[in-house]
Parts: sequence; C-alpha cells; structure tokens
Amino acid sequence: MADLISYVIRKLLLAIPVIFLATFIVFLMLYMTPGDPILAIAPPHASVDELQELREQYGFDQPFLIQYGKFLERLLQGDLGQSVSTGTLNVDVSYLLMQRLPKTLELMAIGLTISYSLGIPLGILSALNQNSWKDRSVMVFTLVAYAMPSFWLGILLLLLLSVQFHILPAEGTVGGLSSVLLPALTLGLGNAALTTRMMRSSMLEVVRQDFITQLRSRGLPEREVIFRHALKNAILPVVTVIGLDIGWFVAGAVIVETVFQWPGIGLLVINSISSHDFPTVQGCILLLAFFVVIGNLVADILYALVDPRVRLG
Amino acid sequence: MSANDRKNPGPLLETVALKKLFPVRKGVFGRAVDYVHAVDGVDLKILRGETLGLVGESGCGKTTYGRTVLRLVEPTGGKIIFDGKDITALSASQMRKMRKRMQIVFQDPYSSLDPRFTVEKIIGEGFAIHGPPGPPGGDPYIARREKVHQLIEEVGLSHDHLSRLPHEFSGGQKQRIALARALALEPDLVVLDEPTSALDVSVQAQALNLLKSLQHRLGLTYLFISHDLSVVAHMSDRIAVMYLGKIVEIANSSEFLNNPLHPYTQALIASIPIPDPTRLKVRKGIEGEVPSPINPPKGCRFNPRCSLAKDICRNEEPPLIDVGNNHMVACHMVARK
Ligand SMILES: Nc1ncnc2c1ncn2[C@@H]1O[C@H](COP(=O)(O)OP(=O)(O)OP(=O)(O)O)[C@@H](O)[C@H]1O
Ligand code: SF4
Ligand SMILES: [Mg+2]
Repeated sequence: MADLISYVIRKLLLAIPVIFLATFIVFLMLYMTPGDPILAIAPPHASVDELQELREQYGFDQPFLIQYGKFLERLLQGDLGQSVSTGTLNVDVSYLLMQRLPKTLELMAIGLTISYSLGIPLGILSALNQNSWKDRSVMVFTLVAYAMPSFWLGILLLLLLSVQFHILPAEGTVGGLSSVLLPALTLGLGNAALTTRMMRSSMLEVVRQDFITQLRSRGLPEREVIFRHALKNAILPVVTVIGLDIGWFVAGAVIVETVFQWPGIGLLVINSISSHDFPTVQGCILLLAFFVVIGNLVADILYALVDPRVRLG
Repeated sequence: MSANDRKNPGPLLETVALKKLFPVRKGVFGRAVDYVHAVDGVDLKILRGETLGLVGESGCGKTTYGRTVLRLVEPTGGKIIFDGKDITALSASQMRKMRKRMQIVFQDPYSSLDPRFTVEKIIGEGFAIHGPPGPPGGDPYIARREKVHQLIEEVGLSHDHLSRLPHEFSGGQKQRIALARALALEPDLVVLDEPTSALDVSVQAQALNLLKSLQHRLGLTYLFISHDLSVVAHMSDRIAVMYLGKIVEIANSSEFLNNPLHPYTQALIASIPIPDPTRLKVRKGIEGEVPSPINPPKGCRFNPRCSLAKDICRNEEPPLIDVGNNHMVACHMVARK
C-alpha cells in the first residue's frame, strides 16, 4: 500500500510538466490566431482609446511570455482568473468549470458504461463463434463504428433517433436521462468497437493456451472453462485500458458536446476559444489534461492490481 | 496400483485407423478446399504399465495424435478404445467421467498453468470437478489438502511453493507442477507431449528420471511423445515412428535400436548424436524436405526421400506388417526380404 501511494505521488509529480506544456501550447496557439477578446466585451461604440484602456486593464497589451507568466503566477495562488466572454464577463473561471464538470462526468460515465456493456459481450460472442456469420457481423459493425468520425456518427444518430423517430431529444439537457443517451451513445460507440475487438482478440489468445485445454482434459464443463477461467484472464487487458479510454473520451467529449450542445467542459472550451476567452480556455485545458493524466494513472494501477507479475515502480 | 487391479487383460489404449484431418479454409465463405492429414489412419496399442515412445519430425502429427486420443481434438475417423471401452462416440458428459483416468502434460510449461491461480489451486483443480480424493466420508477439505501436499513432494517441490503463483517458478519447476496436477486424479494413462523439450539439458535428465520413478511407483502407463530419439530411447519400452500422419515402424526399444528396418528409422537412428568420439561413424542425415501433409505423396509417403524407392513405392501404400519379435514395419522393400 505504501508502494502504491508513493507511486501515485511520483507519477502525479511527473505529470505536472506535461500539464503545463499543454496549457503553454494552447496559450501560444490562441495568441497566434487572429481575433481579439476585447472587441467582444467592449461596449458597441467604444473608441480606440477606450479599447486600449480595456486591453491594459485585462493585461492583453503585454507580450506573450508576460501574459503566460501572469497566468502561472495566479495559478500558483489557486486563482484561475476570470472569464472575458460577454455572457460570463468577470465570472471566476473556477466557478464556470465547477458548474460544467458534472455534466461532462455524467456524459463520460454513461458513455463508458455503454461502450463496455456493449463491447465486452460482443467481443466474447465473436471469439466463441470465431469465423461464423455472428463473428463476421460483429466485425463489420466494429469496423463501421470505429471508422466513423464521432461528429458524423452523432449527426446521423441525431437525424435518425430524434428528427426521424422522435425517440430522444436532439440537444441540451431538458429531457433528463433521455437527453444524455444520444450524446453518450455517440461518444461510446467508437470505443465500444475498440473494446469489442480487444475483447475478441484477448479471448482468442487465451482459449488457445494450454491451460485451457488442460481444464477440458480434466473434464471441466465447457461453460466453466470459458466463464470461470478463460474470461477471467481475457478480460484483464480490456479492463485495464479503461484509464486510457478516459483520454479518448476527453477528446470525444469536446466534439460530442458541441454537436449536441451539451453544456459540459467540452462545449465550454469550444465557445471560449471562439470568443478568445484566454482564462477560461486555459482553465478547461488544465482540467482536461488532468483527466488524461488521471486516466493513465488509473490504467497503470489497474494493470498492477490485476496482473500479479507487474510491480509498480 | 489402479492399473493392476483392473482385470481387463487387453491393452490400456488402442486406436484403430484413427484419423484427424484439419480443413484448410480459403475465400470469403471459408470453404474447406483441402485437408491437412495430421493423423492419417493410426493403429496403435499401448499396453498397461508400459511407456510407448512416439517419435517423428516436427509436424508429423504427434501432438495431434496425443490430443485426439484424449478427445481434446475430435477424430475425423477411426476408433479410440480405452480399457476395453470404445470412447470415440461418448457424449461430452460420459467422456467427462473417463477423463480422470487419462491425463496430459504439455510441452510449453509457460502456457499450461493458469497465471492467476496459486499452485495449490492448480494442482487441486481436478478435485473440484471429480470430487475430493480419499475414502468417502472423510473431511473433503483435509483430504484434498493432504493429497496436494503429498503430490507436491512427490514431484520434488515443497509445501512453501503451494501458495505461490506460476510466474515465480522456473520452466522445470512449472513442468513439475503440471505433472503433479496430472497425477492428482490418479490416472491410468498419462500422455506426455514433449514434456522436457522446453527445458535445459541438465534439468531435462532430472525430469525424465522423475517421470520414470513415478511410473514405477504408481503403475502409470505413458504415451511419451518427442522428436528427440535419444530421449525416447531412454524412456520407452517400445518405440513407434510416425511419418506424415502414419506409423511406419514399431518395435521393442532394444530391437528398435539394434535392428531398425524402415529406411526412415535407419536414418533417424544414424542421426542421433553420439557423445563418444571414438565411436564416430559416418552419419548421413535424411535428405530432402518433409513433404506437405496437405497432399501427402502417393504410395509410400517416404518415397521422395528414400534411396531404396522403386516403382511400387510410388504407387502402393505399404501396409504395417508384423515381421516377428513384436516388430512391425511399413515398407515394401522390407516385406520382400
Ligand atoms: N488446429 C489445427 N488446425 C490446422 N492444422 C493443424 C492444427 N493443429 C495441427 N495442425 C497441422 O497438423 C500437422 C501436425 O501437427 P502436430 O502439431 O500434430 O505435429 P507434431 O508432430 O506435434 O509437431 P511438433 O514436433 O512440431 O510438435 C501440422 O502440419 C500442423 O500444421
Ligand atoms: S516403401 Fe519404398 S519408399 Fe517407402 S520406405 Fe520402403 S523402400 Fe522406401
Ligand atoms: Mg507437437
């Protein structure tokens, strides 16, 4: 246990430079793209002087490195700064993030649930019926689901399920659970395809090992051979990547939230980018990068927990 | 022990024209276009308490034969008779009851133990399926524990090893664990499929001697499979040679080594490395490649590589005939003598 704790601390410390690098790159990219946050928040008929005054007030007149340095300085004091978007002018970025975070977590949790509860059984089915028509159909499904970009898949699902059949609401959060299903499905389907393939190949890998033949040779009923022994081994690599999936889901969430106008961190970051709301963008990136780091950490730890041969170090 | 108190006098295991073809599938619909003739009509008897050695080059079908005999691979044709009973067509559940009497040890010690189970669980697995060992009425937990302890010592490991996981052991130790597991259910027949091929030479000798002493103590019958003729010669009472899915010669070990009749066997024996340099004789290897088991050569399967081959060899398959002294051989030229 002490091993585990020191391992986690070490990994987190190592992750700090990575997170900062991410914020630096995003900051630089925003700085270099044309556009001016001040124009958006200034009163309609503001004079050039007034604009300059606002610019100085928010520090946008400073050179790039100074601006980034200020961001770091505030960050060390636990202050993410204030938004400079019209709708949320001067609101604390941390408040905005906290408001949106649960929505993104909800989306990711349901998306993950969908992708695993679909991918694992399908992968097992496929492996146990290798090369049959069942296997082939599942493989075609995974190919299509994986190859489709999530924004396109999202739009297709939207057209089908809400515009055509009116089963699910098209956007926003008004429908409660049913609102989240469509974006979560869009988010989860690609990953479900990946999970299916992993589960299938992992299962095939395990069932051809001698210890499985051994169990059969000792007369263990096939059902138990598969579900008690083969599955137990085969599911490990699949479950351990759950952490890595979180990284994938972070990227997916940005797109899916935009397509479905789902009010999470992803939508926030997209909106803030378009209004050049530097502080909010930085806050979002910080949080999303943190997700990815945590995801990787979870993957490492799960791996060490399930595989007796791996030692954390 | 168990082998001797059964009164059936016949062989413990007999296969009659046993056949296993693997389809070679091609195309979108996976139609079988050809068949690998892995085991192609094998008649073999394994007597109670003996070790029958099965040798042959890689890919000749030894593993497939060993697995088909236990119906881990379903035969395509022929019969398997175990202790006088035809088990070829037994249902899965009838077969399950027979399974405790026939066990197998595989070549690869790394994949033959479940990496997530402790040694104690691995060895005791069989009891969960077939019930605890010992006389009925005893405490099943104690009986099981005692038996597992006895087994681990029998294969030369200690009690401390029982709570460990497979990855903590060397290849040789893993193979001993696999052996303890195979012996747990007190089988009559143990198929040993290259049990020592994956081990270092020094460890190999120990493992072979362990197998021998266990056989004497427990009255086991072995089908010992190997591509290494010197190992087979050391272990076996009788030796059978397999070539492309067929048995080409069988004889008692000493007869086999001193009087090999089939040209293929002669070549195999000539190519055994001899440690003593003074006895170095001209050794000719077997020329040519092993033909594909998908379309085995017509007539005698060895004819493309045989220096004695005549027309008849290319057209007629030689039957396995008894030449006396429990020696059987499948070669036209031998039969003529
Ligand atoms: N499951 C399978 N599907 C298709 N072909 C197979 C299968 N198992 C074995 N074969 C083929 O059957 C033939 C005999 O294989 P087998 O493993 O029995 O040979 P072997 O004598 O044990 O060889 P080795 O000494 O290399 O272990 C080979 O040509 C092999 O490719
Ligand atoms: S039958 Fe003919 S080809 Fe076959 S081993 Fe004998 S001599 Fe050689
Ligand atoms: Mg083999």
